[in-house]
Amino acid sequence: MTTHAPLAIEATGLEKSFGATRAVAGVDLAVPEGAIYGVLGPNGAGKTTVIRMLATLIAPDAGSARVMGHDIHADGDAVRGLVSLTGQLASVDEELTGRENLVLLGRLLGLSRRAAKARSQELLEAFEIAEASGRLVKHYSGGMRRRLDIAASIVVTPRVMFLDEPTTGLDPRSRNQVWEIARALVAGGTTILLCTQYLEEADQLADGIAVIDRGRVIAEGTPGQLKASVGAGALHVRLLDPGRRPEAAAVLGRAVGAVELEPDPAALTVSCSDAERAATGVAELARAGVGIAEFSLGQPSLDEVFLALTGHMAESDHTLEEQAS
Amino acid sequence: MNPTTTTAGGADTAAVRRAIASTERPPRPGRLSTALTFGWRGMLKVKHVPEQLVDVTITPVMFVLMFTYLFGGAIAGSTSAYLQYILPGMLVMSVLFTTVYSGISLNTDLTKGVVDRFRSLPIWRPAPLLGSLLGDSVRYVVAGTVIIVLGVALGYRPEGGAVGALAALALVVVFSFGLSWVFSVLGLLLRSPNAVMNSGFMAIFPLTFLSNVFVDPTTLPGPLEAFVDVNPISILATASRSLMQGQPDGTAIVVSLAVAAGLAAVFLPITTRLYRSR
Repeated sequence: MTTHAPLAIEATGLEKSFGATRAVAGVDLAVPEGAIYGVLGPNGAGKTTVIRMLATLIAPDAGSARVMGHDIHADGDAVRGLVSLTGQLASVDEELTGRENLVLLGRLLGLSRRAAKARSQELLEAFEIAEASGRLVKHYSGGMRRRLDIAASIVVTPRVMFLDEPTTGLDPRSRNQVWEIARALVAGGTTILLCTQYLEEADQLADGIAVIDRGRVIAEGTPGQLKASVGAGALHVRLLDPGRRPEAAAVLGRAVGAVELEPDPAALTVSCSDAERAATGVAELARAGVGIAEFSLGQPSLDEVFLALTGHMAESDHTLEEQAS
Repeated sequence: MNPTTTTAGGADTAAVRRAIASTERPPRPGRLSTALTFGWRGMLKVKHVPEQLVDVTITPVMFVLMFTYLFGGAIAGSTSAYLQYILPGMLVMSVLFTTVYSGISLNTDLTKGVVDRFRSLPIWRPAPLLGSLLGDSVRYVVAGTVIIVLGVALGYRPEGGAVGALAALALVVVFSFGLSWVFSVLGLLLRSPNAVMNSGFMAIFPLTFLSNVFVDPTTLPGPLEAFVDVNPISILATASRSLMQGQPDGTAIVVSLAVAAGLAAVFLPITTRLYRSR
């Protein structure tokens, strides 16, 4: 990581305790401008607390941070002028309509009444909630509600956006929409700090990832680097005839590397990170006349990364930081 | 597997890009304008959730009817005489009950995450609290007006006339501005809107009954009478009664206003402090 791009977020030694619970125990972050940076970890790992500190909602017990060069402690007002929050923690008003929510935020951010109305209309159309704009938000579907949440966060386009678990509880279609919006935001020059417990989400969106567990950053890098740190990928082969597996194992052992037999009697896995060698292996099998049903070359999943880094699975121990705050 | 070359629908990516590109950061609004915007929000809530108004007015309406016709004869000799006594007190009760809703709505904002949204904005920080007073005042005026209109319909006649009744309403509303900060503090400390409602009414119910709203305290046992006499709700009821009768009790009015100012002086700073740090 030798990027010299200016940093949008720079945090050193952030700490925060709630009573006896150490929610954040010394977090450093360096997020370059214009990136999507993922903070990945299970529930209760301290992600939300980190965001709340960076957005000046709560003060850290120790450590410091700068957002777009402004100190969160000394210059909180300037920070608030550049960031916006979306997701689990900053919500829209359920007892107002979608349109009223957007006009309200526009007015609070300094737009004239007319400009606030025009901007709301523009956002309602872009996010395709115009039809529901006159309904109270409490009657919105989950996906519509989340789109409104995001629209509310860009009434004035922020320089830095905190997305806290933006797709939790959404169906796959709505989730893809939210991802599209995040990509569009970054294309427009916004920096996004994305907190998520979904490894796939970080993999899909983030340029860089910090893995956080029990209030500490335990690994950092690009999705590719994190996967590489866990080890090589693997060639998975499934045969047409399970009876020919011993033969296939011998061929692949010679051409590629160490073979592992899978529980499925027709399948075997060869440890391999080089696509060309994998292709050679598959070609050798074909030459030997062993019928192949399917094959794939896979990288380790971020789930495996998480397991390797923490020694436990990503399915959280439920120490809910939200309760402590 | 699932290439995202097609737009899934539900958000037009090109339009989203345009929307993102199209704004400059406007100059920050002034403090007053920000507070007024929150006031507008309060008004919208009154419009969208009128049930709140029904909730807070129905209990005092029931009390007026019940006490007047059930106990009026026994307490004051005739229902009409009792109505004449009880109505200014019921005005106090009905508006004070409404103040609990300041705490409830603040707590709702807090638990739903709306407060975090506001706190992350570059705005004057007390603005959301001050702005909510505007919505509150609409609720107070409606709650008070319902009781006065009901009283007049049942035969209540204020000797002080419309001016006296309006003055009493104004006094009670001003007092409520002070009291509402107590419930705002509760709203910021407790976990759920229901908890705020329960503890709020648990506090205000006995305080209202242990006042001169319903009975003349000279009939009470000594220690109770002593308490009732210093209960601020008694003093406010006395002041309200004196205004409606057209014989303003200067002391009671001044003490009521002083209590309201005192409550605001103590609880407003606590509210803003909690609002900032929660």
